[in-house]
Amino acid sequence: MQRSVYLDHAATTPVHPEVLAAMLPYFTRNFGNPSSVHAFGRESRIAVDKARATIANAINADAREIVFTSGGTEADNMAIQGVAIAMADKGKHIITSSVEHHAVLDTCEYLAKQGWEVTFLPVDEFGRISLADLEAAIRPDTVLISLIHGNNEVGTMQPVAEVGELARKKGIVFHVDAVQTVGTIPVDVKALKVDLLSFSAHKFYGPKGIGALYIRKGTRIKPLVHGGGQERKYRPGTENHAAIVGMARALEFALENMSDNVDRVTALRDRLIKGLLEIPEVRLNGHPTDRLPGNVNVGIRYVEGESLILSLDMKGVAVSSGSACTSGALDPSHVLLAMGMSHEIAHGSLRLTLGIDTTDEDIDYVLSIMPAIVDRLRKMSPLYNEK
Amino acid sequence: MSVYNEKVMEHFENPRNVGKLENADGVGEVGNATCGDIMRIYIKVDDEERISDIRFQTFGCGAAVATSSIVTEIAKGMRLDDAVALNNKDVADSLGGLPPIKLHCSNLAADALHAAIEDYRSRKGESQ
Ligand SMILES: Cc1ncc(COP(=O)(O)O)c(C=O)c1O
Repeated sequence: MQRSVYLDHAATTPVHPEVLAAMLPYFTRNFGNPSSVHAFGRESRIAVDKARATIANAINADAREIVFTSGGTEADNMAIQGVAIAMADKGKHIITSSVEHHAVLDTCEYLAKQGWEVTFLPVDEFGRISLADLEAAIRPDTVLISLIHGNNEVGTMQPVAEVGELARKKGIVFHVDAVQTVGTIPVDVKALKVDLLSFSAHKFYGPKGIGALYIRKGTRIKPLVHGGGQERKYRPGTENHAAIVGMARALEFALENMSDNVDRVTALRDRLIKGLLEIPEVRLNGHPTDRLPGNVNVGIRYVEGESLILSLDMKGVAVSSGSACTSGALDPSHVLLAMGMSHEIAHGSLRLTLGIDTTDEDIDYVLSIMPAIVDRLRKMSPLYNEK
Repeated sequence: MSVYNEKVMEHFENPRNVGKLENADGVGEVGNATCGDIMRIYIKVDDEERISDIRFQTFGCGAAVATSSIVTEIAKGMRLDDAVALNNKDVADSLGGLPPIKLHCSNLAADALHAAIEDYRSRKGESQ
């Protein structure tokens, strides 16, 4: 049988069996609406409260500072639009980076069409913003800074703690998209001095369709959804309590094993990078060391990313190019272009993201099939023949 | 990846007529690295104005490779006048269709063939 190797953990992860087991009773036996007064409801309320406390604790927040959402996209939207609307009387200038996930990028572009002004900070060759650029971009009417923590495409870490320091000093609300970091590496909202932080369960072996926004006490923000009184009116609607329980269990599980997992995955990542760089004219995209533990992103000259994905898929290896949304679109990744890459190189980039279930054998297998795949596509390429 | 049908994947896996033709009578190239697809087609033309041999080189996605491959298969042995009449839609149809998003950008193989024929004709015109 052909090996099956999943190296697309930045797109999503499988639900951990213990997480699934924790969730199951809440679909059938403990199905009550947490807002109901009767015993069924009370049981669900207790489960939601307990999960909220666990999740808050995991990022060093207070339980009252956690609002559950349908995932990272909604948390990002709520943070940015919610603050923009709440602060419109004070100013309408927002600062973000040019390497954000589309959930942030497109929300900011939407606001730009609605009369807000948005500064998209440039990045260096590794994908990092500079504090000097940020400081220069701050204006009296700047109300929000939104920055990705670990980049979902190239893995590069942003100087979030330093930005937090600066934002706090200037009295500007600071949002961090931590969808790729919470559950993977330690995240402490107090140490990072953030006011808002988005995260999503399906990136850390929890279910899809559940995430949360941390909202620091006192932050001015308006809800995007109106209805009942759930989530202290910040995000009304009957709670997805089974998913909330699953998210908490997944995060607990992630924290228990975090430092071991980081070490092991980082070692595998570095071995994969080293092996891939042995293929001629392959370069690493993103920062060589200050990157997410599981992220490998390489530019493979003279070949196109989708052809690489298809070829690897035929050998049982699941990877992506750019981000999951970018495959299927024809524009190369905005992140790679912002890093100064040519279109040709950006089109030939491949993202392989490792997870806690990735093994040494998986890496060996990928490294064993990659040279022939690259060679076949290069032999087909007019660009390669001309060099 | 199920975005492509079996026939497209078969051509991607086993592309026909890959490579360069030394002493080609015509060479055509379309696309550019910015859009992510470059296709180049080489043709040999016999005395009866038929495509006697054909090769392609492509930098691009699965659709780009598969359309290049099948257009060489279709065009081989064809009279130039008939080959000129082939269009990109015919090529996509002969593959049993392409995902809508790929129809405009990565479906340029007939254009590359036309460019090769044009090159052949302009070379011939010059040498007369
Ligand atoms: C950095 C980042 N932000 C936001 C999201 C969106 O999260 P979700 O899929 O939970 O909506 C993702 C996931 O694709 C991500 O990687």
